[in-house]
This record gives sequence, C-alpha cells and structure tokens, in this order.
Amino acid sequence: MTDSVGGPIIAAQGLELVFQTGDGPVHALKDVNLNIAKGEFVSFIGPSGCGKTTFLRVVAGLETATGGTVSVNGMTPDQARQARAYGYVFQAAGLYPWRTIGGNIRLPLEIMGFSKSDQETRVKRTLDLVELSGFEKKYPWQLSGGMQQRASIARALAFDADILLMDEPFGALDEIVRDRLNEELLRLWARTEKTILFVTHSIPEAVYLSSRIVVMSPRPGRITDVIESPLPRDRPLDIRDSAEFIAIAHRVRQGLRAGHLDE
Amino acid sequence: MKSAFLPVVTVVLAIIAFWYVAALPMNIHETLTAAENAGISVNGGDAKTRAAASGIVLALENAGLAAGGWSLDRPRLPAPHQVAAEFYETTIQEEVFGRRGFVQSGEFSKKSLIYHGGITLSATLLGFVIGTALGILLAVGIVHSRTMDMSVMPWAIVSQTIPIIAIAPMIIVVMYAAGIQGIIPKAVISAYLSFFPVVVGMVKGLRSPDQMQLDLLQTYNASKSQGFWKLRLPSSVPYLFASLKIGISASLVGAIVGELPTGAVAGLGARMLAGSYYGQTAQIWAALFAAAILAASLVGLISLIERRTLRRMGVQP
Repeated sequence: MTDSVGGPIIAAQGLELVFQTGDGPVHALKDVNLNIAKGEFVSFIGPSGCGKTTFLRVVAGLETATGGTVSVNGMTPDQARQARAYGYVFQAAGLYPWRTIGGNIRLPLEIMGFSKSDQETRVKRTLDLVELSGFEKKYPWQLSGGMQQRASIARALAFDADILLMDEPFGALDEIVRDRLNEELLRLWARTEKTILFVTHSIPEAVYLSSRIVVMSPRPGRITDVIESPLPRDRPLDIRDSAEFIAIAHRVRQGLRAGHLDE
Repeated sequence: MKSAFLPVVTVVLAIIAFWYVAALPMNIHETLTAAENAGISVNGGDAKTRAAASGIVLALENAGLAAGGWSLDRPRLPAPHQVAAEFYETTIQEEVFGRRGFVQSGEFSKKSLIYHGGITLSATLLGFVIGTALGILLAVGIVHSRTMDMSVMPWAIVSQTIPIIAIAPMIIVVMYAAGIQGIIPKAVISAYLSFFPVVVGMVKGLRSPDQMQLDLLQTYNASKSQGFWKLRLPSSVPYLFASLKIGISASLVGAIVGELPTGAVAGLGARMLAGSYYGQTAQIWAALFAAAILAASLVGLISLIERRTLRRMGVQP
C-alpha cells in the first residue's frame, strides 16, 4: 500500500487468528492484509472485539497467528521479539512500585544486559525525551497518571527499538492530559523517527496522530478501511478544527458505521 | 495510636473485671471448705452436697465469704493480681533479687520465666527459620512446576489437617529413636506449623503479577529467572510478610506443644505442664501470659521489619 525504499517494516498477508474458546471458535482476525513502512504512524481504530489489540499482539509475538503470514523487520514476530525489535506500551503504565522512575526505565536495559554506564545515559536521555527530567528518583505513586504513562513510554524507548507498539496508551487518562500527551507523542515521533502502531478508541486521537488510519470492525475482526492522512506532519492541536481534519474524522466514522451495518 | 488507647484500655479493664467476677463461683468450693475448716459456718449444706452444687448458686448463698476466692493458695482460677504477682516473682524478682537470678549468679534462674521463655524462643526461632526457608522453596517450586503444584500442594494442605497435638509426640519419639533430641525435635514441630502459611502466602505472592506484567517481560524477551528475580520475587514481599506474622506465632505454638508430651523440664510448655501437675494454676497462667507477650513481641518485630522493608522498596507510606 505504501511504497518505501527498504520495503515494508511490517507486512501482514492473509492474517487469520482463531481463538478456541468454551463457546466455540472466535474469529479474532480474518484476512488482514497490511504493509507498514518505516517511519509511519499507523492508528488502529474500531469497536471492542475488532481485533485491533490482537493484531498488535500478533505483531509483538505475544499471540501466534493461525493462518497467513506476518513479518516484522523481515523476521517472524517471535524472532523480532527475541531480537528486541519493538517497544510495547500497554494501556496501564504498569510501573513497578518498588522501583523509582529511573529504575523502571532501567528494567529492560538490565534484562537486555546494557552496561551500567550505558544504562545511565539511556535513562537520562529517554526521561528527557518524555519530558520527565528530574523525576528519576521519584517513585511511581508520587507521579500523576499521565506522568506514569509517559514514564512507561520512556521505558519502551530506552533500548532504542525502531518500532513502538502502543495499545491504547492514553485510554485511561482524561481528555486534557490526553491532548497534551498526544502533542508530546507527535514531537517524540518527529524526533526519533520511529515506526509507531497505535491502537485507540478515539477518532480525534487517531486522526490527529496518524499518517495512516486503519479502521477495523468485529466478528470477524477485519480491516474495513485504510485512510491516508493528508495532514502535514507538523500538527498543532488546533488543526482539529480544520476542514481537512473534520473530513478525515467523518470518513473514519463512516467506516466504523459501515462495519456495524454488516452485522 | 492515641485514638486506640482508650478503647484498648476499656476492653482490658472489662476483661479484668469479668475475670474477677468469674473467679468467685469458680473458686467458691475451695473457699467454703477453707472457711469451714476455720470454723465459719457456711450455707449450702455439707461438703458433699456442696460439691454437687453450682458455683454460681453457692457464691450467691455465701456472698459474704465469696471474696475469699481471690486469695486462695491453690485456686481453680487465680485472680488477675495473683497471676501478676506470680509473673513478677518468676521474672523480675527471681532474676534481679533472687540468689539464683541473673544479677547475682550471672546466669538465668531455672525457676524464672525468662529462662523458660528463652528455651522456647530458641526452638521457635530455629523452627521459624527452617519453616520459612522450606515454605519459600516449596512455593518457588510450586509456581514454576505444574507437577509440583499438583503433587506437593495437596500434601501441604493435608499436613495441616492433622492435629499437631497428635503428631508432635510421634515426631519426638521417632527423632529420639534416631538419636536426635533437645531443641531439634521442637524446632521441627515449629517448622511443621510455620511452613504452611509461608507456602500459601508465597504462592499467592509469586503469582500476583498480572498478565500485562508478564507480557511486558515477554516483550523484553526476559528469561524465566529474570522474571523471577525482577518481578515475581519483589511482588511477593508484602504477601511474605503477612505469612511470616502468622508463621512466627504458629512456630511459638509448635515449640510449646513440642514441650508438652516429652515431659521436658525447661520451656514455657514444661512450665505449664508442671503447673498443672502440682495444681499451681497461677504458674500456668503466668506461663500463658509469658507466651502471649513473646508472641506479640515476635509479631511486632516482624511488623517493624515489614515497615522498614516496604519503605525501602518505595511503597507509598
């Protein structure tokens, strides 16, 4: 779909995932085809059960597809996971309460065996990146929910993976904090040039952040629309009042509604 | 702390008051016999009739004499002040002023509760250490191996359904036959009681990290041992301390029970047993209070370590 010099960094072809449950098989993903190029910001939006989180987990190697293929950096998701190709941000910050903010960011670095001095510079740098400098010695309970989530993003960035997988990272935060973090995330994306896959429930969030929006629908989980965003990369918050923005949001909403009418 | 003071004092005073009242009918038979021997006439018939009569009725019939039940030599239920006096005599009096006491002889008197408490305490601590270590090891095994979960856990539960009073003599006899006696068999009984809460608490604690936490470690491609040391073990610390508090008091109970069937000459259990042989009820009660104070101190000590540890782990104060 998107052409780039090095080919897609994430490529899914005919991806299927069927969960066997007590109530019979559940088709979480059906025939998902998607290529994501390096440096893209792709949002996945859709109602609960549409498979957006499941797709992210398949890319992360946390779930295994039951059909089709998916490659990450040219490897299988499991190999990519073992090569530590991505950072994953969950809906809850999930910081360890017994570690300081710095200690939490150091966690993946310790596990991956970075040297002590390297750990220190990386902690400092990523804290700076998420605008939390000065909070290194604080414990998670001393931070607000928004700051905790920023720390968890720093934790995912610390080991410099090219891909950032974000599963509704701001879903539990209030609107005002969410707006600020959205702005910060865009700045961060511009500075780090990471490839970001971002799952969300929020139409404005998806449209504001993304270079591409993937609309999904449930039962079975599938892609119903893929929208290229014509918005410039540099986006102030008030771009959300522009006609272009409203037009894209409208198309997303239509895609979501169409998915529902299918049922 | 301050707000708890008044309620606690009120409850203690109520218990003491109830105790004094209860001592009257409990001791009335002995009181009346003593009074009769002293030539005082008592209501309620002769000694034989009285023996069959209810203590409450007798106490009401002889209201003027009943108070004598608070100062008998060998009461069924000693009054609080008698227990307090016995406790003082066998602790401070014996050790500080007594000929055999610590101050004058340089070692603890064999008649003092401090000496006996020390004997029981050493068995308690040894048993607690063994039980805790065993409990943690079993919990780690249970969490990491499904086979151990299926095979060990049921036996751990069954082990606690057997009354300790039934199994303690067997442990002592078997170990004696193997040439082991003294502190070890008591410590084994202590460990038998204290490993279980540690197993249960640690299994719960080690399993307390949620799926998201485990997924996060998987995204780092963390090894099982990294997951254990960095996530599971620190997560289990609050659970461990809750278990340790139960475990240490269970250990003390185990050590005391371990002293009962052997005819041990030293330890709080031996003290209680001797008291019951010789009708020295005040001695039994004093030993009981010593055990209670010991248990409270041990639990308090663990709470203190818990607070310190959790604070160092950055837990919200």
